[in-house]
Parts: sequence; C-alpha cells; structure tokens
Amino acid sequence: MNTYMKNESNVAMKLHYDISKDDFSRAGEASSKIKNMLRQLAIEANILRRIAIATYEAEINLVIHSLGGTIDVYIKPDCIEIYVEDVGPGIENIELAMTKGFSTATAVAREMGFGAGMGLPNMEKVSDEFIIESTIGVGTQIKMVVTY
Amino acid sequence: MFVNELIGKYGFKHLSGENVDRKIENAYSCDLLSWVMAKGKHDTAWITVQTHNNILAVASLLDFACIIIPEGIKVEQEILDKANEQEVVILSTELDAFEIFKILYEAGVK
Repeated sequence: MNTYMKNESNVAMKLHYDISKDDFSRAGEASSKIKNMLRQLAIEANILRRIAIATYEAEINLVIHSLGGTIDVYIKPDCIEIYVEDVGPGIENIELAMTKGFSTATAVAREMGFGAGMGLPNMEKVSDEFIIESTIGVGTQIKMVVTY
Repeated sequence: MFVNELIGKYGFKHLSGENVDRKIENAYSCDLLSWVMAKGKHDTAWITVQTHNNILAVASLLDFACIIIPEGIKVEQEILDKANEQEVVILSTELDAFEIFKILYEAGVK
C-alpha cells in the first residue's frame, strides 16, 4: 500500500496556503487562487476543474474539521500533486469517512450547506491517486494526484 | 438562452457580476455545496437558497453562468460586493425553483 509522502522530484512550481479553522468567510479563497494560478499556466479546463474540486473540498474540510492546516500544490510536467496536512482530531474510521453521506459536521456547518458527507468521496473521485492517513488526536494527511 | 434574457424578458433582478452575456447550457438546483461541487456542470444556472459567500467560491470554481436566488430571498450587500469582486453573476426572483426551471426549459436549456 502507498503511504503518504511528498514527492519532491521534478517539481516545476510549488504553491503553499495556510488554512484557518472556522474561517467560513474566507473558505474557498485558497482554491480560487490555485485555480487562477493554474489557469494562467494554461492547464486544460477538465484538469482545472478536477483540481478545483479537490482543493475546495480539502479547504472546506480544514475549515470545518481541523484546528488549522496547509495545502501544498506541486506543479509537475505530467501531473499536479496536492498535499493536505492538518493538526486536528484525526479521523477515527477512514472507511466510514469515505462513505458518501457520512459526516460529522456541526449543525451550524450543515445549515450553511456543508456536511453533505461528499467531501472526501469527491476528492477521491477526481484524483488519479488518492492517499489518506490519519492519527487520532494528531491530524490527517492527504495526497491527491491529478495526471494530465 | 442567455443570462441577460432572464433579466430583460423575465424580470429577474440583477444583483451582481457584469458578465450577463453568457449562455446558459445547464440548470441545477441544490443547497448542499459538496453535492453541487460533485454534480455541477460548466455554464450552469444554479438555483440555491444559500446566500453566504461560499456559494461564490462554488460558482466561480465550477465556472457557472449564474446563481439564481429564488422566492424573493434577500442577499446581503457584503456578499454582493464580494460577488462583484469575484465576477460572479447573481440574479434573484420571486419565482420558486420549479417556475425557474420551466422558464429555462422553454427557452431551450435541455
């Protein structure tokens, strides 16, 4: 089984974003910046869309569930790699968390239309490679690769 | 059908965003944002009762044609200012989702 590790080879450009917990007013900003940057690099629309979904869902998860975290984007000649790391409660049962419709989001988050239980399944669906690791009481790490 | 037809012909209020010459290719209605992220297509007219600023991120990331706020729901000025910054077109109408769908369908969004 693949384990979470940043692959530093052949990186043409790196992007880094810090995401704060509970900052709903800014949630989505990092993914918008990533999309705009990749659009300027003339990345194809379909790839752009998959990256947008992957980074948006990751960003929302960090806001809703973590104590804060980071999103790193590695732009490579043949793919985009997205690394999401947080400090947080961790995920007790990853298989359950990956199930469509399962969510531990608060009532407040749900009223805003979050917590549909689609975040992680959406991220996996748009990725060619998806690795998630989590330690209770420490945090969660996700690697997503979208190949051109 | 074009976004500006909803404004000119059907009396939808134009709340934000300048690009109303866009063509509407798809229509969708849902208030769960991750669901919309999973299912939303390009150039969509998206009907939602959510009016907080995260709808702007969803609409702009998925390249939607416009957001339509139904049933006369008000949108705060702060959100509209952000929508203008992010160039997201928001319309509002007194009509409910079904009536809006009928207009879109009859105007050729199929």
